[in-house]
Amino acid sequence: MTTNEQSGIRPIWDFFCSLKLTMFTLITLAIISIIGTIIPQGSPPPEYLQSISQTKLKLYHVLGFFDMYHSWWFIMLLSLLSINLIACSIKRLPGIWKTITQPVMVMGDSLEKTLSNVTTIETRGDDSTIRDRVAAVLKTEFADPVITEDGEVFHLFAQKTPWSRLAVYAVHLSVLVIFIGAIIGSLFGYKGFVNIAEGDSVSKVKSRSNKEIDLGFAVRCEKFSVAHYPNGAPKEFKSILTVLENGKPVAGYDRVPVIVNDPLSYKGITFYQSSYGKLGEHEFIISDPDGTNPQPLRIQSGGSAKLPDGSGICLQETTQDVSPFQPGVTGPAAQVEVHMANGGNKTFVIYGNNAAMNRMNLPYTGGKLVQYRGGEEFMYTGLQVAKDPGVWTVWLGCTLMMVGIYIAFFMSHRRIWVRVQNGTVTVGGNSSKNQGGFQLFMEQLVIKLKKQLPLEDNK
Amino acid sequence: MTSSSLFNITTFAYLLSMLGFFAFAVSRIKALGTAASALAYGGLLSQTVAIGLRWKESYDLGIGHAPLSNLYESVVFFSWTIVLIYGLLDLKYRYKVIGAFVMPFALLGMAWGQLSLDSGIQPLVPALQSNWLTYHVITCFLGYAAFAVACGISIMYLIREKHEKSTPDNEQSIVATFPTGRVLDDLNYKSIMIGFPLLTLGIVTGAAWANYAWGTYWSWDPKETWSLIVWFVYAAFLHARITRGWAGRRAAWLSIIGFAATIFCYLGVNLLLSGLHSYGG
Repeated sequence: MTTNEQSGIRPIWDFFCSLKLTMFTLITLAIISIIGTIIPQGSPPPEYLQSISQTKLKLYHVLGFFDMYHSWWFIMLLSLLSINLIACSIKRLPGIWKTITQPVMVMGDSLEKTLSNVTTIETRGDDSTIRDRVAAVLKTEFADPVITEDGEVFHLFAQKTPWSRLAVYAVHLSVLVIFIGAIIGSLFGYKGFVNIAEGDSVSKVKSRSNKEIDLGFAVRCEKFSVAHYPNGAPKEFKSILTVLENGKPVAGYDRVPVIVNDPLSYKGITFYQSSYGKLGEHEFIISDPDGTNPQPLRIQSGGSAKLPDGSGICLQETTQDVSPFQPGVTGPAAQVEVHMANGGNKTFVIYGNNAAMNRMNLPYTGGKLVQYRGGEEFMYTGLQVAKDPGVWTVWLGCTLMMVGIYIAFFMSHRRIWVRVQNGTVTVGGNSSKNQGGFQLFMEQLVIKLKKQLPLEDNK
Repeated sequence: MTSSSLFNITTFAYLLSMLGFFAFAVSRIKALGTAASALAYGGLLSQTVAIGLRWKESYDLGIGHAPLSNLYESVVFFSWTIVLIYGLLDLKYRYKVIGAFVMPFALLGMAWGQLSLDSGIQPLVPALQSNWLTYHVITCFLGYAAFAVACGISIMYLIREKHEKSTPDNEQSIVATFPTGRVLDDLNYKSIMIGFPLLTLGIVTGAAWANYAWGTYWSWDPKETWSLIVWFVYAAFLHARITRGWAGRRAAWLSIIGFAATIFCYLGVNLLLSGLHSYGG
C-alpha cells in the first residue's frame, strides 16, 4: 500500500477495526433493543393501538417500531457489528497466526526485557549436561522443548496450547455463523399455523405472512384430548396425528401422539402442539311459552346469536347427556350466557327434555321459551408448523461459540524459554492470560530446576 | 424436618451472616469474618438439603419435578447460586469482606421468597414438562449469580475509589478492609468470566428448548430480548477490558448496569411488561 492510498483508506479501515466501534455497537444494540420489549411487535392488538395517539402511531409505523428487529436500522447495526468483527479479525489474525506457527524459539535480549519473570541460576558443569537436565525437567513439568544451538549457547523453547489464541476469533466467527443460519432460515424456511378438526386432514398450511403453503403430503388429526391434574390445572394436550402420502398412512407416522414439548417431524417440516378448540353446531328452538310458533336458532360451538327481543346469547358449553352431571334429568343440555337488552347478564342451563325447567328462564329471554335440541361437536387441534433448514447452522454457531468462549477464558498460550550459556541458566516465561497463576507455576518450576541441576556453590 | 422449615433456617443464617460481615467490616475483628462465612456455608448446606427435600416432597405428592418451576422456586434457587458462587470465590481468594456486599442479595432473595411468595408445590404445566427446563434454569441462574457477585464487587470498587479521592491515606475507615482497587477490578472481571459463559449457555439452551417445543429458536419475545440485552452489556464489558480508559471505574459501572439489566430480565419482564402482554391474552 502506498502512502497516498493509506491516507485515503487508512482512516476508514481503522474506524472499522476499532474497539471503540465495538463498544458503541454493543451498547447501542443493548439500548435500542429495549424499544421492541415495550412496544408490542408484529400486529399489535387493537386495544394497544387505541391507547396511543394517531401521531405516535404514524411515527412508530414510519420508524418501523412494530417490527423493529427486522427494520433497516436494526439490521444495519447488526451488519456494522459483523463488519467490525470481520475487520478486527483480518487486522489481528496474521500476527497471531505467525505467533502460533513460527514461534520465537530463541530468547534474545529484546525478548528477555519484555518478560516479567526471568530467573538466573548459576550452575557448575558441562553445558550440554545442563541442557539435557533442563530439557528433562521441562518435558515432565511442562512440555517437550525444542533445542536450538547457537555457537556456544543452547536455547530451549517449550510451549503449551498455542492454538488457544485462536479461540477469540472462533467466538467472533461463531456470531457470523449464527447470522448465516438465521439468514438461511428466513430465506428457505417458514413458520405457519393450521387447525385440523378430529378426523380431518390438511395438506396446506397458512404461513405467518398469510401465504398458503403446500406441504407435499397430508396430516390427519385422529383425535385430540386434554388431561387434567386433580386440582383442575391442565396436565397434557395431546393430538394423535397421521402423516398421509397419496391418502395412505406412512409407516412409522401412523397415529403418532404429539404433545407440548414433543413435536412430530416429517420431511423437514415439524408440527408442534400449540392450541385447541371445539367445532360444532347446535340447534335451539324458540317459541312462545306454551310451545307455539317454534322458530329454529343455530349457534356454533363457542359462538353467539341474537334472541327475538335483541338480547345476545352466547353458547358456553354443551353436553348431549346431562344425567351424569345432574341426576334425574336426561337428554342434552347447553350452558349459555345471555346479555339482556336491559344491560344485565345471566348464565343458565337450557335443557332438551325439560320444558318446565326451561320456563324458569323466561324473564331472561324476553318472554320466549328457549329449548336445546342438541348438536354435534368435535375438537380441533391447533398446530404450529415450521420448516427451518438454517437451524443446524445456528447450532453449529452456538457450539463454536461455547467452545470458543471456554478456551478464550480458561486456557492460555504459555511459553517458556531457557538459555544455557557458560553454566548460567536463564529461565523466562510468558502467558497470554492468567499471569498470576503462571507466575506461581514459574516459581515452582525454578525450584524443581534447582533440584536437578548441580548448583554453583551447592547451596 | 420439612423443606419449609429448613428454608426458614437458611434465611435466618443468611441474615446473621450478613450482619456478621457488616460487623467484621466495621470492627475488623477476624473472628467475626470467620463466623460470618461459617454461617454463609451453613446456610448454603441447609438450603441445599432443603432444595433436595422439596424435590422429594414433589414426588411424594405425585407431581414430581425439579424445584425450578415458579417464581418462589426460582428466587430460592437464585439465592442458592449466589451463595455458591460467593463461596467458590471466597475459597479461592479469601477476601472475606466481599461477603458484606454479596450476602445482602442472597438474603433479599430468600426473605422475599419466604415472606411474600406462594411456596406451594404446584404441578408442572404442559409447557414446562421438559428436561430442558432443568438445564436452562440452572445455567441461567448460575450466570445471574456470578453477575450478582460482580455487581457487589463493583459497588465496593466505586466506594473505595470515591473514598480514596476524599480521604487521606492514613485515616482509619471501613474501606481500609477492602481489597485494593486493582484486586477488585480483577475479581469483577473473574466473576464475569464465570457468568458470561453460563449466560451464553443459558440463552443457547433456552433457544434449543424453544426450537424443540415451538419450532423457533428465537422469536424476540421480551424475555429473550432482555437476555440478549444483558449479553450485549457483558460483551461490551469484556471488550472494555482491552480498551484504553475503560478498565476500573467504567468497567465497574458496566458491571452494575449489567446486573440491573439481569434483574430486569429475571423479574421486570414478568412483573412490569406483563401489562403489555395481557393484550395478547
